[in-house]
Parts: sequence; C-alpha cells; structure tokens
Amino acid sequence: MNAAGFPLLSLLTFLPLAGALIIMMVRGDEAVVASNARWTALWTSLIVFALSLVLWVQFDVSVAGFQFQEQAEWMPDLGIGYHLGVDGISVLFVLLSTLLTPICILASWESVQTRVREYMIAFLVLETMMIGMFASLDFMLFYIFFEGVLIPMFLIIGVWGGVRRVYAAYKFFLYTFAGSVLMLLAIIVLWSSAGTTDIPQLLTRQIDPAWQPWLFFAFFASFAVKVPMWPVHTWLPDAHVEAPTAGSVILAGVLLKMGGYGFLRFSLPMLPEASAQFAPLIFTLSVVAVIYTSLVALAQTDMKKLIAYASVAHMGIVTIGIFTANVQGIEGALFQMLSHGVVSGALFLCVGVLYDREHTREIARYGGVAKVIPAYALVLMLFTMASVALPGTAGFPGEFLVILGAWAVNPWVAVGAATGMVLGAAYMLLLYRRVAFGKITRDSLRGLADLSPREHAIFAPLIILTLWMGIYPSSFTQFFQASVAQLVAQHQTAVGVARLAGIAP
Amino acid sequence: MNWTLALPEIVLAGSGLAILLAGVIPKKDHSFAISLAVLGALLLAAVLVLAQKEGTAFGGQYVADSFSGYMKLLCILGAAMGLVLAMDFFEREGLARFELPVLILFATVGMMVMISANDLMSLYMGLELLSLPLYVRAAIDRDNSRASEAGLKYFVLGALASGLLLYGASLVYGFAGTTNFDRLADALSAREGVSSGVIVGIVFIIAALAFKISAVPFHMWTPDVYEGAPTPITAFFASAPKIAAVALLTRVLTGPFGDVASQWQQVILLASLGSMVLGALAAIGQRNIKRLMAYSSIGHIGFALMGLAVGGESGLRGVLVYMAIYLFMTTGAFAVLIAMRRDGRAVEGIDDLAGLGRTDPAMALAMAVFMFSMAGVPPLAGFFSKLYVLLPAIEGGYYFLALVGVLSSIISAYYYLRVIKVMYFDPGLPAFDPRPASLSVVLAGTGLFTAFFFVFPAPLLAAARQAVASILG
Repeated sequence: MNAAGFPLLSLLTFLPLAGALIIMMVRGDEAVVASNARWTALWTSLIVFALSLVLWVQFDVSVAGFQFQEQAEWMPDLGIGYHLGVDGISVLFVLLSTLLTPICILASWESVQTRVREYMIAFLVLETMMIGMFASLDFMLFYIFFEGVLIPMFLIIGVWGGVRRVYAAYKFFLYTFAGSVLMLLAIIVLWSSAGTTDIPQLLTRQIDPAWQPWLFFAFFASFAVKVPMWPVHTWLPDAHVEAPTAGSVILAGVLLKMGGYGFLRFSLPMLPEASAQFAPLIFTLSVVAVIYTSLVALAQTDMKKLIAYASVAHMGIVTIGIFTANVQGIEGALFQMLSHGVVSGALFLCVGVLYDREHTREIARYGGVAKVIPAYALVLMLFTMASVALPGTAGFPGEFLVILGAWAVNPWVAVGAATGMVLGAAYMLLLYRRVAFGKITRDSLRGLADLSPREHAIFAPLIILTLWMGIYPSSFTQFFQASVAQLVAQHQTAVGVARLAGIAP
Repeated sequence: MNWTLALPEIVLAGSGLAILLAGVIPKKDHSFAISLAVLGALLLAAVLVLAQKEGTAFGGQYVADSFSGYMKLLCILGAAMGLVLAMDFFEREGLARFELPVLILFATVGMMVMISANDLMSLYMGLELLSLPLYVRAAIDRDNSRASEAGLKYFVLGALASGLLLYGASLVYGFAGTTNFDRLADALSAREGVSSGVIVGIVFIIAALAFKISAVPFHMWTPDVYEGAPTPITAFFASAPKIAAVALLTRVLTGPFGDVASQWQQVILLASLGSMVLGALAAIGQRNIKRLMAYSSIGHIGFALMGLAVGGESGLRGVLVYMAIYLFMTTGAFAVLIAMRRDGRAVEGIDDLAGLGRTDPAMALAMAVFMFSMAGVPPLAGFFSKLYVLLPAIEGGYYFLALVGVLSSIISAYYYLRVIKVMYFDPGLPAFDPRPASLSVVLAGTGLFTAFFFVFPAPLLAAARQAVASILG
C-alpha cells in the first residue's frame, strides 16, 4: 500500500474527470451554466491541488524508487496493467500540473465568454491526462495519457484560439500525433520482447544494443516534437500564438515537459548505449535550438511568439542537461523544466493581462505601461528577470547546473548554452523595455486598469514560487536528488559495461 | 440428423416468412410494427445463438462453435442497430415499406449461414442470401437515379464476385476432391505439396470475398454505392455484412486453407497494405461525408486484414476485436449522418456539419468521439482496435506492415480532424431537424461504448480469444 493510505494518485488523476462529468450534467440558462461551470472547475482543480499537497508532505525524499504505487489488473493476458506511482523525477511535475490548472481556470474567468462549459470540461480532461501521464508506471497507460492530451488541446486551440487557430490546431495535432505513433511502435517492440509494459520491470531489462538506435529514434520522434527540439519546433510558435492564454500556459508549463520527462524516464535509462551514442547529435540540435531560436526571438514583433521562441531555447537547455547524463546536468534539467513551467506560464499570463485589456499582442502597440500600471510592470519585471536567469530567481539554478554539467562533458556545449543565456537577456530585456518603459505611445494605454484582485490571486503563487525556487532551490532539488543519483549510477554502469564489451564507442 | 443445432437460423428464417405474410395481408402501411416484429425476431435469434451448443450438422455443412457465436452476435447487433437507424428515415422520405425490415432479416439469416458455413456450398448459399436483399435495398429508392445506379453497380459487381467465388470453389473441388472444410484441411495437409489448381482456386475465393469487404484492389464500387444508397442502407452495408464477410474470410483461410498459409498470406498482406494506404489517401479530397466514410471503411478493413495476414492466435484475436469496435464506431458515425437533415431533406456534405458543436452539442460530442476514435487517438476504442492488430504484427516481425499502418493512420487523422474542425471551429449553419429518439438511443449506446471501452477491455478480449481458440483448434 502507498504512503498516503488511500489511492491518492488515482484520485488525483480521475477527480478532474468527475468534475468534468458534473459540468456536463448542468442544464439551464447559458449564463447560469457558464458560472456553474467556472465554479465547479475551479473547486475541482483546487481540491485536486490540495490533495496533491499530500504528495509534497509525505513523499520520502531519501527513497530513489517509486512511491505511492497502485496496481490493478487491466488487460492481464497482454501483460498490460494499471500501475501508478511517482518517484523523484515525476512527483514535482504532478504538483506543477495541479498548481497550474486552477491558475489557468482563474485566468480564463473573464477572457473566455463563449462555450464556457465546453472550455472548462476540456481543461479538466486535460488535467486528468497530464497527471495520469506523469503518474503512470505502465507504458501503455503512459501512452494513452500522453496521446489523450491531444484531444482537449486540439479543441482548446481550435475553438477558443485566435485568427489562424485552425491551422495552428492542425499543425499541433498532426506533428505530435506523427511523433507519437512511432513511439507506439517502439513501445510495442519493447512489449513483445519483454511481455509486459510495466515500466519498473522494463527499467531493469537490458535491451539488445542492436535494437537500441531504432528504439531511440522512435522515442526521439515523439519526445523531440513534444519538447520541442529544433528543427521540429515550428508547431510551437503557431500553437502558442493562436491558443487562448490559459492554453498557452498549460502548453508551455506542462505539455512541453512531457518531452523532457519522456527522455529522462525512458530514453536515458532504457536505452543507455544509444543515448550515449547519440548524445552529440542531441547536443548539436540543442545548441542550434538555443542560439537560433534566441536570434529568432530577437526579431519577433508579437509578444507571445517571442516567449514561444524563448521557450524553445530554454527547452534546448533542458535537453542538453538531460543528455549530459551526469548529476548536475540532469538535476539542472529537471529544475529548469520546473522553473520554466512556472516562469513561462507566468509570462504568458502577463501577456494575457495586456491582451485582455488592449486586444493586441503587438509589441509596437505598447510602451510606457509602467507609468500607468506599476503593479503589473513589477510582476512582469520579476518574471522577465527569472526568464533571463537572474540569480535569486527560479531561472538561475537550473541553467547554472546544466552549464556545469555540460562543461564536464564538452565545454563547447556549455559555451553554446551560455550564449543562449546572453541572448536570452537581450530579447527579454528588449521586450520589457519596449513594453514597460519609454513614452506612452497610444492614448488608449493611459486608461489601462492595473491588476484586479483576481489577477493578484493568479500571480501571487507564481511570484512566491519564483522567488522561493531562486533563493532556496534545495527544497525542490531534495525531491529528485536520490532518484537522479540512482539514474546516473545505473546509466554509467550500463554504458561502462557496453564500453568494456566493445559494443558502444 | 442434428438439425436443431441450426435453430437460430431456422427460427429467424421462419419468422421472416411469417412477418412477410403478415405484411402482405393488411391494406394500410404498418412498417413500424413490422420493424418491431423484426427486432423481436433478431432478439430471439440472439438468445438462441447464446444458447447454441457446439457441433456440426447437415452432414458437416454447418458448424457452430464459439467463433460463430461471437460473430453472429456482432452481426445480429449490427443488423438490429441498422434497423433502428432506418425506422424513422424512410418514414420521412416517404419510402416506408414493410419489405425493408424483412430484407434486413433475410440478410441476417444469410450472414449467419455464412459464418457457420463449413462447406464451400453452404458458404456460397449464405453469401447469396446476404447479397440479394442488399441489392434490393441499395436500389429501393428507385425513382432516384443515383440510388438506382448504386443498386445496379452493386449488383453487377456483386454478381461478378459471386462468379469468381463459384469458379474458385469449383477449382478447389476439382483439384482437392471435396468442398467440405474439414476434409479440405485434411487433403491439403496430407499431400506433399499442394497443386497449383487449388492455389488458383483459393485466390479466386479471396478475390470474391475481398469484393464483399471492399478491400483494395476490389474496392471500386464502395464509394459510389455508399454515396448513392440512402444513408441508413449505407450504414447497414458498412457494418454487419462486412463483419460477416471478414468472419467468413477468417474461417476459410485459417480452417481449410490454414496449411497453405504461405500461399495466401502475401495476397492478404498486399490487400491490407493497399487498403490502408488507399483508405488514407483517397479520403482526403472528399466533400461528401458518405464517400469519406467509404474510404475510411476501406482503411479500417486494411487494418483488420493486417491481423489476418499476421495470423496466429493474437493476430486473429486482433481481427475479431477490430471488427467489434469497428461495428460500434461505424454505426455511431452513421447515426449522425442519418440525423443530418435540414428542412426535411437529407444533406450529405461535410460542410453541412458546420456549427454542430453549437446547435447540437451532444451529437457533435458523439461524432467527435467517433472521429477521434477512428483516427486511433487513445483512450478511445479505436486506439485499442489498432493496438491489438499492431501488437501481433510487430511480434511476428512485420515491421513494414506496422509502419505503413501507423503512417496511414497519421494521414487519415487529417480528414477525421476535418470533420471535427467543421463541427467545432467553423461558423455555424442552421440547426438540423430534430432527430428521432431511435437515433439518440443508437448514438448514446455506441458513443458510450467507444468512449469508455478502455475501462473494461478484458471481457471483449476474453470472448475474442475464446472464439479464436475454437477455429484454430
């Protein structure tokens, strides 16, 4: 039985679905249904968040293995079971998902006015899929949640998105779907060799090195699209620009992390030789991503697009960290994913605040907003600084650790990642200067209203987290230290054995 | 003679005759009552199938085992749903005739005979008993030139297929000396090498059955007939008869011809590859949703054939599960198509669905579930149906086949998404006419099955495994 004494993870996973069913049942006048849907969704997600705090409190940080495990039979004659559990690598992602969902629902409180009921249902279903994905310990279950995310997200972008929403929704769906089905084939190959899809069991198996490159690329196809890595990142700016604010927040905050999580959970431990063999390729693609997308971000005129490209650059740092396969690199990558989840989510919310008031995301249409709405400008500044990895904010520890880890493997990669940081400072500060400082260019800006109480409530937890993660990162790193240490040790043994046997270079 | 074994067919055929008689006598139209009577007869047949013992009858012409039970129940279910879908439609079109439900009943008898066939003769008999009512049904709207064209096309090509089947069967008989499946199996396994005449015969038989399931390269009639026939009739074409034909193909190929699998395997492999690719590519440009569904069904048949080509216990189980899930998805999607009526007229363009997400959220949700499911997005049922054929394909080392399968499902995702896009993203058209309660029942049933299959997949899997075990012996 798990530490909580009751099936906590199942409850976390399926409670949002129950909320969605309740919303579906509501009948009546459109305004009543809308307000009902909002409140039900908010309360459901808040309860889920409160429940998920049990994980934070009761998670035993000294254990490297899986905790809070739950198992049930599902398709026994195929060796596919229902198996949930978290370890240090996944537990904080579950918390990140449960934290961001209520924030997203609050953020959509006023900006979404059409088909509110369907919107809230989509978000709750999305939450189920996200939590289930990070918590599943069965590969088929993982795949189902991983892919299931596409359905609500496709609808969120397509129904409540901007002008080119159809194009963006299609691109998002087809890119991700194409990557994922290749992973499905890889999962089936693993299944047919092991007879089970149980992840803890698969993690202990040696996979034939001759097969590893194929499986690696099948996984790569899926996770690289999700992360996204250059050159398959092009769906991301489109999806971000067209998605409603809350959709962007979840996309940047959680969905991108699925790719990084997949690399860490599957590629690295299950395919150690191939991971070592193809690490240079990943490094190259990531450094290209970091530098190229930073330069692209410099040239953007749309705020959301700029932050989207910045996301690609930041996730490039993550992939570098993962494939350094040393403790600093992986811990840095994990930390970077968490901080990026909070910070880029917050940045998209900041853009959303301006967009709700002025209905444009053009950087050129703003200027001098700091004089009119100082509280907002302060919030925006904090997250801008966190995005450029100022020490003392959430962005710093992750990038620093990754660069440390990369230096140990290949100094040039570290230099590339560091260049990204410099460029990051350039585009983010430029954005901030153009939006917040300078002359007030348009009269309509003078009448801007500062943050409402609802918006304060949205930003407060994110601000606290950003500072907390920056000032005292150990309260987060302690969660994954044991798991990462074990992962790295196993990886090095596996690669070492392969080297001795002369299989891998 | 042990004729009571065939009680389900006998009772169904007998009640068909009785209902036909009851339909002729009264003067005024009462097709609704007839429909209910046919539904009752189907229900009775289903109960009898459930109670059926295993064994052979009629001198080895007829076999009852758990495979036939599984497939017959699916066919009866498909026929019943097809009947329910049709009830209201013809009323509104002014085509209500009491013969229509009775024709479904006789087609069902044909399907059941096909599934239980243990001899090339009874196979042919069942197939013809199925086909003749279908020809009539396709052309029932005889004043409509498209429907007549569809009926004629279906008839001519169907007759050609029957000819091929008979030719193949006579070749097999000539070279193997028997038409009974059990003795054929003995003959083909005992002899050193199989004469090429038998192989040619098998290929002819496969070609004929490929016509019936509209597998590439014998698919050409499908889009035209699907488009031309009235929608509820298309719905019936797409569901139960395909299941029966796949069942027949499975039994023929694994039973009597199981020992020459190396000979027919490439044929099925190519048909599977071709169907998946064509189903994915040809549907992209379609504007008529019935044509879209036709190509989609070709693609699905390709997937099901993948399981047959791979063979073995898990491959065949994949086929059986695939057909069951396909039945629910297709019937549900067609229920939506039948509900597409505006100002008393049936509309068939994909664009006519525009704005359904607003005007009828429940139906749009159901359609979205079917479309995502057909595209193979988890956690919907369609994903599992694909999974259960991909598993054996990879296990058996058919990597290329599996790769083509998933690539074609990416391509087909594009056009399934288009339906969802039209329903949810496009500016709306006026609402459809209110849909009859019968459609809502079918929609709800199939929609819930498709959406929540993942909760309890084990019973269907167990039933399919038992069915496969009975034909692999």
